[in-house]
Formats: sequence, C-alpha cells, structure tokens
Amino acid sequence: MKRVVITGMGIYSCIGKNLEEVKDSLYNGKSGIIYDQERKDFGYRSPLTGMVEKPNLKKQLTRRERISLGDEGAYAYVATTEALENAKIDIDFLKKNEVGILYGNDSTAKAIVDSVDKIREKKDTTLVGSGAIFQAMNSTVTMNLSTLFNLTGVNFTISAACASGSHAIGMAFQLIRSGLQDCIICGGAQEINKYAMGSFDGLGVFAMNLENPEKASRPFDKNRDGLVPSGGAATLVVESYESAIKRGAPILAEIIGYGFSSNGEHISTPNVDGPSRAMAKAIEQSNLKPSEIEYVNAHATSTPVGDTNEAKAIVKVFGENGPYVSSTKSMTGHECWMAGASEVVYSMLMMQNNFIAPNINLEEPDEDAKKLNLVSKTLDKKFDVFLSNSFGFGGTNSALIIKKL
Amino acid sequence: MTKEVIIEKINDFLIDEFEVESDDIAPEANLKDTLELDSLDFVDLVVAVESNFSVKLVGEDFVNVESLQDFYNLIEKKLS
Repeated sequence: MKRVVITGMGIYSCIGKNLEEVKDSLYNGKSGIIYDQERKDFGYRSPLTGMVEKPNLKKQLTRRERISLGDEGAYAYVATTEALENAKIDIDFLKKNEVGILYGNDSTAKAIVDSVDKIREKKDTTLVGSGAIFQAMNSTVTMNLSTLFNLTGVNFTISAACASGSHAIGMAFQLIRSGLQDCIICGGAQEINKYAMGSFDGLGVFAMNLENPEKASRPFDKNRDGLVPSGGAATLVVESYESAIKRGAPILAEIIGYGFSSNGEHISTPNVDGPSRAMAKAIEQSNLKPSEIEYVNAHATSTPVGDTNEAKAIVKVFGENGPYVSSTKSMTGHECWMAGASEVVYSMLMMQNNFIAPNINLEEPDEDAKKLNLVSKTLDKKFDVFLSNSFGFGGTNSALIIKKL
Repeated sequence: MTKEVIIEKINDFLIDEFEVESDDIAPEANLKDTLELDSLDFVDLVVAVESNFSVKLVGEDFVNVESLQDFYNLIEKKLS
C-alpha cells in the first residue's frame, strides 16, 4: 500500500476567498453568516446564509469555458487554481502526467431552474443556449475542471449529501493508496442561491436568530435551534508520497485513515452508531490509539439532535474529555456538499499554524456536549493529528484522519 | 431594418457576447476558423439572433454560411 499525502489546498468560502484570509478568520473566530433579504422575499422561513459572490473569471477563462460553469463550478475553479499553485503543479505538468479529479457535489439547482424557466418562456429548447446542460448536470464540477485543467486520470463526481466532499477525499485516498493513481485533485463544492436550499429550509431545521445572524450557528450550545446553510468550494491535491518526493512537492500532511459507514435507519435523523463506526474504522486504519488523535473537527451543524448524537458518538469512541473538539460551522455555517473538504482545509490551516479555531457562540454546552473537550475560544496549540467528521442525509458517514509528516 | 443596422448589431454581439476581437471582424472572415466559433457556439448564435432580431434560425439555415458576409446575408433574407 502506498502512503498518501496532501501537497496543495485551496479555498473559496464565506470566511475568506483564499487560504490566508480563511486562516485569519478562523483564528479570529469571524462569522461569515448574513441575512439574505432575497430569501425572505422568496418565502424562506430562515433567510440566514453564508455568502460568497460568483467570481468574475473573464480574465482567466474564455467565453466558451465560462458559459459552462455554474456557481459551484466557478467557486471550484478558484479553489483549485489556488490548490495547484500551492502544490506547485502547472498546466505543463497536468498535460504530461495522468492527474485525476474526484469532487463532491450534490446539486445544481440554480442552473436547472434557470434553464427550465428559459425553455418555459421561449417554448424552444435551443434558446436555452449551449452552456446550460454543462451547468445543470450534477457532475458539472468534474466535467468542467477536467477540461479546463487538461486532466487525464480518474474523473467523476461523488454525491453523498453533506459528506460528499469528505468521501471524495476518501476515494482519492483509496485510489492512490492502492496504486491506481499517483495524483488526484479532490474537494467539494456547494452552490449558494435561493433555489438550492428552499426545500431544506422547508423542513424547519434552519436557525432562526434573524436579529443576530452571526450568532445563529451555535453547534453544541444548549440554545441552538438549527443550522445555517452556506457554500463555496475547497480543493486538495492528494498524491502518493513517492510522486510528491519525485517532483519536489511541498508535503503538507499525510492522510492515514478513512472510515465510512451508513446508519441504515432514518433518512434525515442521524444516530450514534453509524458515526462512531466510521470514526472507529478510520482510527483502526490509522494504526493510532484514540488518545493519539489531538483534535476533532466535528460535523456538528447546530441542529439539536445532530449535535447531541455526534457528541455521544465522540464520547463512545474517545471517552469523556478526549481530544479537543470544535465545529467550524459555528463560523461558516453548513457548507453541505463542500463541508467535508473545506473542514479538512480549515483543520490543515490550524495544524500548520499551531492553533485550534473556536467553536464560536458556545455559551452553555448541553449535557452531552459537556462531556467533550470543546474549544470555545481560539487555542494557541501545536498539534500533529486530527480527525474530521462528515455526515449526510441517508445516514452516510465519513471520517478522515490526517497527520503532520 | 437596414443592412447597415443588421451588420452593426451582429458585429456588436460577436464582440460583446462572443468576445471576437474587433480586428477579426471582416465580411470575408470565416465564421468557424477566423472567429473561432465551434459547433456549440452556433447554438448560442441562434440565441443571439433570436434575442436581437426576433428570428429563429435552425441548423439547416447555416448550411451555406461560411463567411461573416454569408451570415449578414442570411439575417437580411430572414428579415425581408
């Protein structure tokens, strides 16, 4: 089995449009949550959201290239450009070597609604234009980026609800570990617009502190009342240790465990058993003892049941007062399909810069959260190993363990 | 609509929407090669023509269109 390392990363999120900005936001506990009037007018119960604008790529891409890119594809392009620079990979390397792409994405609502509206209005499919189909397919990110970056390796999208980004990294880890690929661009993307999250809001699970948007996402806090949707994109360049050494790449960390499981129960209500099995599998694969994991970036979205069950699962695996735990969703909101990848980037930035970002808005932990070693204020702390949890609808669970080399 | 207006409108959307360099715009310019329009761009040409002239083109309309002049002529004929 080959060793698998991370050699590059990039991020485009509501707390920063690049690694440097995001690092500062994480350290300073800055929230990216806003009140979106457009959602209120559209009929949302909770109009709170993380917000990023669609990047203007006119200078970087031709018209032909741009019109196939929807919002999530544009976010992913920016994050991937940063990740490739970070990994010291240029277009010449991409043309000469078989580099793959595995990206998490689970919706293209805006592209679909916009194109169907156009066809309804014109009563003519041609008049929807040539870019619509490439924006509207769920594999929009991988189909566009593989073309834009001349990728010739593995190429497909992973759809696993809010664990999509994490499973994408896990799949890349497995393909490289087994020797099938040397280098894979992986990550997760999430569109931000009123069409994408309306039906989710309809479930009544979004946070309602409309007066103080920045205080609305409060994972593990006793007074939490729901999640805040968000989005953007995060990319990691993952490759074999040999490949990284051969090309003199910067080795940022090693992926040493990927555990997955399915709850096999309710479609939306998470349980304790599934997430704890995913964490236990990842730990077993890493050959570490649970006590050697120093930080857990929790999935905790700020919903009452989800956070409670994750707290129970963490205690089941690590015992009471185990590793440091925080949920960066307290600042970013729930980045859904992107979250599993962005939270690895956030944790990597913390590990590189010797701090643990705070679980902001944690004023009073609930009974289960009290058993965790929660970080509510920025902690200046060097650490070498972390575990990142991601769970999704349908009971899909993913846990990744990453270690400094 | 005069021929001059038709030409001006077409040149405008080729430059603004299709990002064709204004120096490349010439009646004898080949639509595919000189203007670098591929098969997908022809779908967008249909959209631009409908939006600018309220005329719906179909694939067969392009059979004899090679140069920009041919394209001007096609639109003029459709509008007459």
